[in-house]
Amino acid sequence: MTAPDHSSRRSALRTLAVVATVAVVCGALVTGTAVALRPRILSNIKAAQQARMAAMLDAIPGLAEVLGDSGASALEPVLVDLASGERAAGDPLSFDPVAAAADPATGRALTADEDIAGLGRIATSGVAYIVRDGDGALMLAILPIAVRGYASVIRGYLALEQDLTTVAALNIIEQAETPGLGARIQTPEWQALWPGRSVARPDGTLGVTIVRQGSSSAPYEVDGLTGATRSSTAVGAGVTFWLGDAGYGPFLSRLAATEASR
Amino acid sequence: MSTRSRLLTDPLVDANPVTLQMLGICSALAVTVTLDTALTMGIAMTAVLALSSLIISLVRRAIPAEVRLIVQITIIASLVMAIDQILQAYLFDISQRLSIFVSLIVTNCIILGRAEAFAMRNPPLASLLDGVGNGLGYLLVLALVGSVRELLGTGAVLGRPVLPTVAEGGWFEPLGFMALAPSAFILLGLLVWGVRLIRPAQVEPAEAGTSADQPSGGAS
Repeated sequence: MTAPDHSSRRSALRTLAVVATVAVVCGALVTGTAVALRPRILSNIKAAQQARMAAMLDAIPGLAEVLGDSGASALEPVLVDLASGERAAGDPLSFDPVAAAADPATGRALTADEDIAGLGRIATSGVAYIVRDGDGALMLAILPIAVRGYASVIRGYLALEQDLTTVAALNIIEQAETPGLGARIQTPEWQALWPGRSVARPDGTLGVTIVRQGSSSAPYEVDGLTGATRSSTAVGAGVTFWLGDAGYGPFLSRLAATEASR
Repeated sequence: MSTRSRLLTDPLVDANPVTLQMLGICSALAVTVTLDTALTMGIAMTAVLALSSLIISLVRRAIPAEVRLIVQITIIASLVMAIDQILQAYLFDISQRLSIFVSLIVTNCIILGRAEAFAMRNPPLASLLDGVGNGLGYLLVLALVGSVRELLGTGAVLGRPVLPTVAEGGWFEPLGFMALAPSAFILLGLLVWGVRLIRPAQVEPAEAGTSADQPSGGAS
């Protein structure tokens, strides 16, 4: 510094003042924009998720005829108590699984053995969507899945056919994995591998196994993505978790029993 | 031509930040698969560059020399975050396709380059024009590369079919290579070559100590 000694203290104070002012002004600008635009961005995200849900339903053969003009509104949302598999009290449409998981009254911590999805905590209830045909017979059960991926929590929907073991569709609606690598779990090409797969494994449990790309042979195996191993394996673990005892397993057995006794 | 309008037009060809100074290449490779992402990125970049040059020039005398880079980056980063939010709010689809590249505008060498080389020592109006000019120069290169890549890669421009593709009963077989980043490198190289054929003054003099039969080795 070229400033003489007696003024260096003043110059340091001036530097601090300038830096503080810049920080406050810039912080206000960023915060202001974020707060002002937040509702708009959230509604964009929600619209995009609904569009993906609608696209998933459109892609399931024969479903469009059943749903007819009513479209996705023919889905019957059910709030399920995960442990018992019975219906839980509450409004399924306003249920927020993230908030419910965080609240000690409505969420619980998973034990390390249970937690193959890496979620830490989940809500004790969850929403499932049921689609019935004109005669009231079960056509489709749609379950939301969530799992910790490589860089983000991946969320999506798994649709099961009336036998509750055949995958009708898998749709990833939310992820922030590495663009170009892990984010490929959201491509139509990868999601197209899922319909027709079975979630009934030889050991009697429900779930899928993600295998090396191009090497799937059994019906419960799905090809992973080379270069996106962590993200694609996570989706498989998420599906297995939510079909398991800690997830919708009890609900699915109840549903299957009710259907069988019809 | 007046000095002021030269500030705006020079960066388009004669001092283009991409083809002459070789700055901003990274994003030029990443977002030029289609023309609409290239245009959006170019416009976002121009907005950030114009505002950051203007703001930095306005406060240039107040910025202490010791912390000038940090102050510049803070201003640039705040503008980028604001623009990113605006894109997510009003152009959601395109913002999803640009993904992290909008946030990465902050690391684009053109912006800090113009801040350091121009805005820190010139008055606000000149800096604003310089920022807009350099942004438009970047936009021009991205638009050129983006339209060629989209045309040859998909047979369409801005999503509208131009060349009838084989898949739709035409004769044009889309070049899959154009969807990959290396194609942008080759197109940029051809563009630089073309510009230098027309403007030989842009060709760098051979580096001292190198000659034709002695490879320069250390050139980066």
